Amino acid sequence: MSKQLVVSHAGAGLSPCDIADNFADLHPPLDRGAAAAEASRCLYCYDAPCMNACPTHIDIPGFIHQIATDNALGAAQRILNENIMGGTCARACPTEILCEGACVVNKTEGAPVKIGQLQRFAVDRLLDAPSPHPFGRAPASGRRMAVVGAGPAGLSFAHRAAMLGHDVDVYEARPKAGGLNEYGLATYKMVDDFAQREVAFLLGIGGIALHSGKMLGRDIHLDDLAREYDAVFLALGLGGAARLDVPGEELSGVGDALGFISRLRQEADKSAVAVGGQVVVIGGGNTAIDAAMQARCLGAASVTLAYRRGPEQMGATAWEQDLARLNGIAIRTWAQPVAIEGDGHVERVRFAVTELVDGRLAATGETFVLPADQVLVAVGQQMVRTGLDGLRADGAKLWVDDDYQTSRPGIFAGGDCIRRGDDLTVQAVEDGKQAAVRVDARLRAKGRD
Amino acid sequence: MADLHCNIAGVASINPFWLASAPPTDKKINVERAFRAGWGGAVWKTVTVDPPVINVASRYGVHKDHHGTILGINNNELISDRPLDVNLREIEELRREWPDRVIIGSLMAVLDEQAWKEVAIKLANAGVQGIELNLGCPHGMCERGMGSAIGQVAELVEKTTRWVREAVDLPVFTKLTPNITDILVPAEAAHKGGAHAVSLINTINSIVSVDLQRMAPRPTVDTAGTHGGYCGSAVKPIALNMVAEIARDPALKDLEISAIGGITTWSDAAEFIALGASGVQVCTAAMLYGFRIVDDMIDGLGRFMDQQGYRTLDDFRGKARAHVVDWNALNMNFDVKAHIDTASCIECGRCHIACEDTAHQAIRIETGDDGSRRFTVDDAECVGCNLCQHVCPVAGCIEMRVVENGLPPLTWPEHPLNPLRADPQTVSV
Repeated sequence: MSKQLVVSHAGAGLSPCDIADNFADLHPPLDRGAAAAEASRCLYCYDAPCMNACPTHIDIPGFIHQIATDNALGAAQRILNENIMGGTCARACPTEILCEGACVVNKTEGAPVKIGQLQRFAVDRLLDAPSPHPFGRAPASGRRMAVVGAGPAGLSFAHRAAMLGHDVDVYEARPKAGGLNEYGLATYKMVDDFAQREVAFLLGIGGIALHSGKMLGRDIHLDDLAREYDAVFLALGLGGAARLDVPGEELSGVGDALGFISRLRQEADKSAVAVGGQVVVIGGGNTAIDAAMQARCLGAASVTLAYRRGPEQMGATAWEQDLARLNGIAIRTWAQPVAIEGDGHVERVRFAVTELVDGRLAATGETFVLPADQVLVAVGQQMVRTGLDGLRADGAKLWVDDDYQTSRPGIFAGGDCIRRGDDLTVQAVEDGKQAAVRVDARLRAKGRD
Repeated sequence: MADLHCNIAGVASINPFWLASAPPTDKKINVERAFRAGWGGAVWKTVTVDPPVINVASRYGVHKDHHGTILGINNNELISDRPLDVNLREIEELRREWPDRVIIGSLMAVLDEQAWKEVAIKLANAGVQGIELNLGCPHGMCERGMGSAIGQVAELVEKTTRWVREAVDLPVFTKLTPNITDILVPAEAAHKGGAHAVSLINTINSIVSVDLQRMAPRPTVDTAGTHGGYCGSAVKPIALNMVAEIARDPALKDLEISAIGGITTWSDAAEFIALGASGVQVCTAAMLYGFRIVDDMIDGLGRFMDQQGYRTLDDFRGKARAHVVDWNALNMNFDVKAHIDTASCIECGRCHIACEDTAHQAIRIETGDDGSRRFTVDDAECVGCNLCQHVCPVAGCIEMRVVENGLPPLTWPEHPLNPLRADPQTVSV
């Protein structure tokens, strides 16, 4: 079933070869025969539960039927119609709680149709085919739009806006486009530079100019964008890592998990990324699992994932937790870090044991210590508010109305920086797509006035 | 354990499972392997007067379902391409080495009495227990005036059957082609010609697929293909109907039937026997899986008979025949309604969309607050057609329940709305 890593024993390091193997594809891709066999398991449900479980409402029975009829390119187009990042979602979506969780074949056979892998099969065929971009553009509207952030939400918005006939400038603070697809997912989920291949495919529609290294509040400013463009879409994501706020967080060897994941993604030779021998990952989401797993991939002899609440509250899906356990990662729940200790470099983490008292998390008074030479913090991300003055907030995120418009007319927002659905790539893609459709409708309505 | 011994048109067999005249019965080595596997008999691949025919490559095309399972094979192979005396020698050897097994000699010839009689006598001298006339081969041989070219003309069916009857003192099986309008016409001709049994069906004219790159039918020989003969489980429904038509014709009641057509499992065989067949012949299933499939055919048929209390095949032979009737004899007052067991329903919606789009809009969906869907049948709209039950992927989830309407049986000839109804006074109810 799941990926099994080559692990180090008794402190012996892994060879670069073992490390490279460990970072290989989580699920090897289906070949044509396996895809046809898997597709034949689909019951072709009507108004299918899987489809309703997908935030982008991909016509899943429809595309699987097309794989079964040996029309993989038609299947891919059907997927990309609803989700232009169907390739990444096929790899990174927690399908076990979305489409595959809802698959009715769970009830008849005890295991769902492998929808994610079938989706990857179809989209990979299209991306590998030397064919023109599968979507055309509506006649030029003469309108220009600015997008801030080239992650899934921003690129999805840009692609849909380009389809609808608008010209789009996308501003990105980092050197590469792709957002978390490029910087935030485990390497073994996105092998062969898939994020960049997908970006190149998406830009193939034309009408989208990418400007990297441009940060809001530093290189570009909301007032200027609002003046120069017919609409602005903020797809900022959650750029800042949340802190633990415990003593010792500044010690060397302590870092944020996303930074670790990002470094691994950008490094061609993974064995060049340093890893500790005793790694403690703090957090309970899929990012925590991605970091813990990859520490193990690099050869960390012991990896412990510590989470302050119980297994039910963990953000990581049961499947991800199993993957971690299968690969020798210890998961300690009800463990809240209270101090990171060491002399210049981290040596140990002190935890308080917690419990729920009347629904609130409380310390039991008991504590324990885990030795550690590397600590990776994955306790969530926060929106960076730089350059957003005057926009109404909704908690730690941006407030938007039903049409994704912020409190400032003409400025729209979507993806992880707003409160809608879960913080998932697939939700961000849906936000971008829907926002582009709404913005387009508004502008056209205004044009008619 | 039930006794599978049987007698087919006077030929005693250890079980009803024979291999049909086809590629699997082309040579001694194949037939010997079949006998070792447990087959009761083999109808040898068709022979004729020398020189032997020459076959082409490729010879087979297939039709698959969406799981990739082969439903039907089409072939353009001709009859035995080996000299007659080689075939005769091998038949003789096998008859000597396997005395409890059946070998039927299959033959065809052009419309020449001498040729038919000469080959029939040679086969009889080689020791076959019966002769089968191949009047069905639908490709190649018919272009030379043999096979279906004879089988499609009733007078010629009768004439060739009579020639073989006159030539040999053996049970004669006339093998019929399904490539005709009414199977009763050649069956009656065979009967008139003196056949002890008919074997049916031979293969059906077919093109299984077109290669869209080469723009030619499959199998493609160089740049072109020809229609071939279609067989395999896909043709079983056609064969069942033709067997039933003959079995229930009172004029043909002493004509035995050796049933052929897509028989793959013991239950397929049991269905043909229930319609009145004395034995069955198998080809495609063996070609797809090997001779070993006869194991389960024997075992499964025996267990079925034990469970039903049938000691011999005769105990259930023809038991379904009386229940095959013309449409006009169906009871129009009988009614069923679909009932969906919501507990076992997996909410796939297949019944709903099938009924909604293509039937009678009788299946309702109620969506609960949690998004779950409940499917129910509106009895007022349901006509009892059965489509929903067939498309449902969960066995037993949809049940067709009989409506106890208290009405007496009523056929269309008796129906008040039938403008051609016989005088009600003369109708016996």
